[in-house]
Amino acid sequence: MPVKVHLDHIGMAFTTPGGVFRAVAPLNLSIDSGRFVSLVGPSGCGKSTLFNIIAGLLAPTEGRVLIDGEDATGTIGRVGYMLQKDLLLPWRTVLDNVILGMEIQGKPLKEARERALPLLQKYGLAGFEYLYPNSLSGGMRQRAALLRTLLFDTDVILLDEPFGALDAQTKLQMQEWLMQLWSDFKKTVVFVTHDVEEAIYLSDEIHVMGTRPGRILETIPIAIPRPRVRKSSLSPEFIAIKERCLNLLTTPALEEAA
Amino acid sequence: MLDAAQEPPARAAPTPAGKPVRRLPVQKDWPTWAIIAAQIGILVGILGAWEIAATTGIISAFFWSQPSAIWKTLIIFFTEGDAWTDISFTFRSTIFGFLIGTTAGSLLGLSFWWSRNYAAVVQPYIICFESIPKLALAPLIILVFGLGLTSKVAIATALTLVVSTLTTFAGVKALDPDGEKLFYSLGATRWQVFRKLVVPFCLPWVISVLRVNIGLALTGAIVGEFIASQHGLGRQILYAGQTYDIALVWVAVLVLSTLAIIMYATVSWLETVLRKGTRQ
Repeated sequence: MPVKVHLDHIGMAFTTPGGVFRAVAPLNLSIDSGRFVSLVGPSGCGKSTLFNIIAGLLAPTEGRVLIDGEDATGTIGRVGYMLQKDLLLPWRTVLDNVILGMEIQGKPLKEARERALPLLQKYGLAGFEYLYPNSLSGGMRQRAALLRTLLFDTDVILLDEPFGALDAQTKLQMQEWLMQLWSDFKKTVVFVTHDVEEAIYLSDEIHVMGTRPGRILETIPIAIPRPRVRKSSLSPEFIAIKERCLNLLTTPALEEAA
Repeated sequence: MLDAAQEPPARAAPTPAGKPVRRLPVQKDWPTWAIIAAQIGILVGILGAWEIAATTGIISAFFWSQPSAIWKTLIIFFTEGDAWTDISFTFRSTIFGFLIGTTAGSLLGLSFWWSRNYAAVVQPYIICFESIPKLALAPLIILVFGLGLTSKVAIATALTLVVSTLTTFAGVKALDPDGEKLFYSLGATRWQVFRKLVVPFCLPWVISVLRVNIGLALTGAIVGEFIASQHGLGRQILYAGQTYDIALVWVAVLVLSTLAIIMYATVSWLETVLRKGTRQ
């Protein structure tokens, strides 16, 4: 599979009054087209910084972002980016929130709405199209935010802890829902999460990250066949990967404490 | 009810250290008609007491006038004088000042979103202008803009402009940077972010000053008329006071208050309608 996104020696350092703070050590990362890739790591490991760099919202202090082999460093509107908060605009209906990306790209409103409506209905927002976000539950808001990201029509989408604030039950439903979307839309997904189990269940590949400076500790491919079922999480293979991840995530903390 | 009465009285729960048993105080609501009756009663009482006190000479009818004289003057004011010219003059000064001040102020406040540097440079001036008692400038404004409507509009504008500017700027400052991030990640231009995010987001702030501003605009218009004017309810009050026509002072104040209430109610209604539109 061709490489979709390539981070070439990307590094980020901030100058603070106390000296230079390294947020991300120069790192390389290749993401193949159509893959579901997760970044897992403790807070402060630079996941969000990396996302901002890929989305062109933050200029890296070194390195380049290549999308389809083309230098995309510092250019916006190349990837769909879903931030941690749903950021639905309270003065717009769900439908008009979902078409925001197309609207900004200059697509006529009527056309954009016609395209979005069947998708809202298909992906669990039927009956909510003309409601305002304040009358939606957390899970529904996340669905709307994700559809907004998908309808922006980029090959790559970045999801920054989309289910972090949801209760356990809703989270499981949303994971299934995301899997369905991913197989229907065939996008390249980069997913940030704290939840190791979630990462293993969803991904083709996990990059475990460490802090100070933010870096990739290890890349773990997940060969569990799809479609995956909940029971997969009880398989020895799943548990072995989980153990490996947890070890990577907890060891540095122990070293520091010692 | 009978059953309840026949039941043995429930024994009070033992309270620590012999404290008395206390219950939540309950306030009984009066029916609406009783509230209204009480309100009317107070008004009638005050007017009646005023009338009697003035007639019997307990208070000076010359300085305080009395309700019956005020009523007569009111009828003369509307039938013989040019009441509507005055009302219209004050009304126009207020509304123009309100519209210009609120619009210009809100736009100025929104403009600070465009550049942090520009906002930083201009802000101290805005704060200074806010701290000046604008009414102290009124004589100067009259000199510059003349005796007519323009000077009253200018004073009303001066009073409302800064309030709108600062409140709208507060809205701009409350904007979530992540919202802007979302827009830019979708490839938006600054103008798109402004139109589709900043303006609708700040609208509740813009709306929240409407009621304050209508009152301020009216104050500005009246003060302008006090200083120098050919028309207006403010001039009417000043003129009546100077000629010891106290009943006319009361009439003008009464008419002015009615005008204020009407404008305030209209703006409150407008605020509710606009607020619904913003869904915030």
